Amino acid sequence: MAQPLLELRGVNKSFGVAHVLHDVDFAVYPGQVTALVGDNGAGKSTLVKIIAGIYGRDTGDYLFDGQAVNVHGPRDVAALGVEVVYQDLALCDNLDIVENMFLGREETRGIALDEVSMESRARETLASLSVRTVKSVRQSVASLSGGQRQTVAIAKAVLWNSKVVLLDEPTAALGVAQTRQVLDLVRRLADRGLGVVLISHNMGDVMEVADRVTALYLGRVAADVHVEEVTHGRIVELITAGRSGDLGIAENPATATV
Amino acid sequence: MTVESDTPAKSNEGAFASDNRQAVTIGDSARDYVNRLRGGDMGSLPAILGLVVLFVVFSSLHDRFLTTYNLANLVVQAGSIIVLAMGLVFVLLLGEIDLSAGVAGGASATITALVLIDHDWHWLLATIAGVVVGALIGVAIGSLVSLLGIPSFVVTLAFFLALQAVPLKLIGSGGSLRFNNEVLRGLSIKNVPVTAGWIAAGVIVVGFAALTLWRYRSRSAKGLVHQPLPLVIIQIVVLAVIVLGLTALLSANRAPNPNLFNISGVPWVLPVVIALLLFWTFVLTKTRFGRHLYAVGGNAEAARRAGINVTRIRISAFVIGSSMAAISGILSASYTGKVSPGSGGGNELLYAVAAAVIGGTSLFGGRGRAIDAVIGGLVIATIPNGLGLLNQAAYINLLVTGGVLLLAASVDAISRRRRSAAGV
Repeated sequence: MAQPLLELRGVNKSFGVAHVLHDVDFAVYPGQVTALVGDNGAGKSTLVKIIAGIYGRDTGDYLFDGQAVNVHGPRDVAALGVEVVYQDLALCDNLDIVENMFLGREETRGIALDEVSMESRARETLASLSVRTVKSVRQSVASLSGGQRQTVAIAKAVLWNSKVVLLDEPTAALGVAQTRQVLDLVRRLADRGLGVVLISHNMGDVMEVADRVTALYLGRVAADVHVEEVTHGRIVELITAGRSGDLGIAENPATATV
Repeated sequence: MTVESDTPAKSNEGAFASDNRQAVTIGDSARDYVNRLRGGDMGSLPAILGLVVLFVVFSSLHDRFLTTYNLANLVVQAGSIIVLAMGLVFVLLLGEIDLSAGVAGGASATITALVLIDHDWHWLLATIAGVVVGALIGVAIGSLVSLLGIPSFVVTLAFFLALQAVPLKLIGSGGSLRFNNEVLRGLSIKNVPVTAGWIAAGVIVVGFAALTLWRYRSRSAKGLVHQPLPLVIIQIVVLAVIVLGLTALLSANRAPNPNLFNISGVPWVLPVVIALLLFWTFVLTKTRFGRHLYAVGGNAEAARRAGINVTRIRISAFVIGSSMAAISGILSASYTGKVSPGSGGGNELLYAVAAAVIGGTSLFGGRGRAIDAVIGGLVIATIPNGLGLLNQAAYINLLVTGGVLLLAASVDAISRRRRSAAGV
């Protein structure tokens, strides 16, 4: 298989006495959607925050394009081309779509903002993602529906020529049609060669759009497999019990190897 | 790989054609505007209506209200409130409050007056000294709020109390410092030469027209969202009427006894206010810093994740607020001709908050413009001006101003509810 775009090796993370991640290996491949699944408290959010640079690692390596990199904060991660779209979207309601997409990275000409360039680029990006539902790029974000907001948040991540996009529960709050749009968008991102990480509780979404599945169970990787190798039911077993047939963690977690 | 050079998705570009890039006609723009009003996005409309109502009421009750003499008075009286409110807009934008802005202005003006009188400083240096004092107060408040996480209400309440000690200690109880520097006192009692006033007015109108037309042309040429041309022209005409009309009124001899004296020209306060308005409008709408201010006010967490230094933005908002308070304190001293221990400790702050909120700045953060302070400040200054002409007791003035503030805050709260319901 191709070299992973982004890879974590043997990552451990503790908060005080709580050992949240145990020797976690995680890889994101270009052009593939990697689903990260696990029950509440399995360590998904912690893993995402470590990838995003919000949390540091206790031990373990952070590799990008096969090279070990030092990551000290969200800015380092963004500089690598890794973008995170959070569940609560992190958009400013009082700003419009263009303003949100360029937030924190506004283009300027001299000291003044270069609105012309930003608006053109925002429009190009939305068009290239086949976003049909937005009336105007100068619309305030407060007036958008949940699916549209998710779309803007994803487009914002794509705008920066990012190589890896992490999506935290992108369809959790959406209706059927909107979920459809977002999943199509997720697939399109991978088809463009990006490494996409989809964090989801919805096995239907995972089975439909993902290429690979990484299941976390109590802070350990229970399985890291191609989606064709597993069924809906086996993923659920991996999430809830940590093992399913020949997959998963050995009975005794203390001596477990994956 | 780049977004632009991506091929498979490009074929779908036409799908984004539903993106409307301009409101085609004036009718569409008007409908848009009505929809925004319905959705609770009132902007400065309540303030403008309020100003019209006040003008109609006062001019019908007193024949001297609408004289150019009183108009010039009103401009001078509104000056310090407007400047204080303009500084507060930055603090309110973040959803914070600065209760100490009034007394920060008093303390800064005290320093300015002291170095003028005791040390014979040049007026410009003395002004800078006052503004630096204001900025330092802002740094202190901002740091306590954003680094320690104390609510701004409490921090600035403490500063409101403590800063009153500064003039009291430096001036002494019952005393006052005269404020008669030629230039600084002249801000309130002297006028711009009539010719210079006309030139400045002309420059403003032509500059605004050139800028908006250039913007219209470049945006429509590049196929970006823009307003219809007639609306652009209407905006230019309205601005020209206001600026040139005001200049014409203030350029006439307005002395009560025109045969004995000649009082004409725009009071110096007005160009000061306009310069501050243009500067801060540019900062808020055209710079990264301004954009980040709105972002922090709208969703501080989103701003933080976008890599914006929220702490720095918070501190700078308080620094701007207190520095503008210093300028306001100096303008206020210029108007009264003295600085006394009570300067800035009265209703100044509440008037300024009222001005900003009436003008359309939200107390909940995320919404506000520099022009709000100007429009709201005029409303607030008109009330004591008109009631003073009518020889009303001071308590009426307080009652009316309090009522207006409450009304403005209600409009703010209601429009916010409607906004969240309509999602505008």
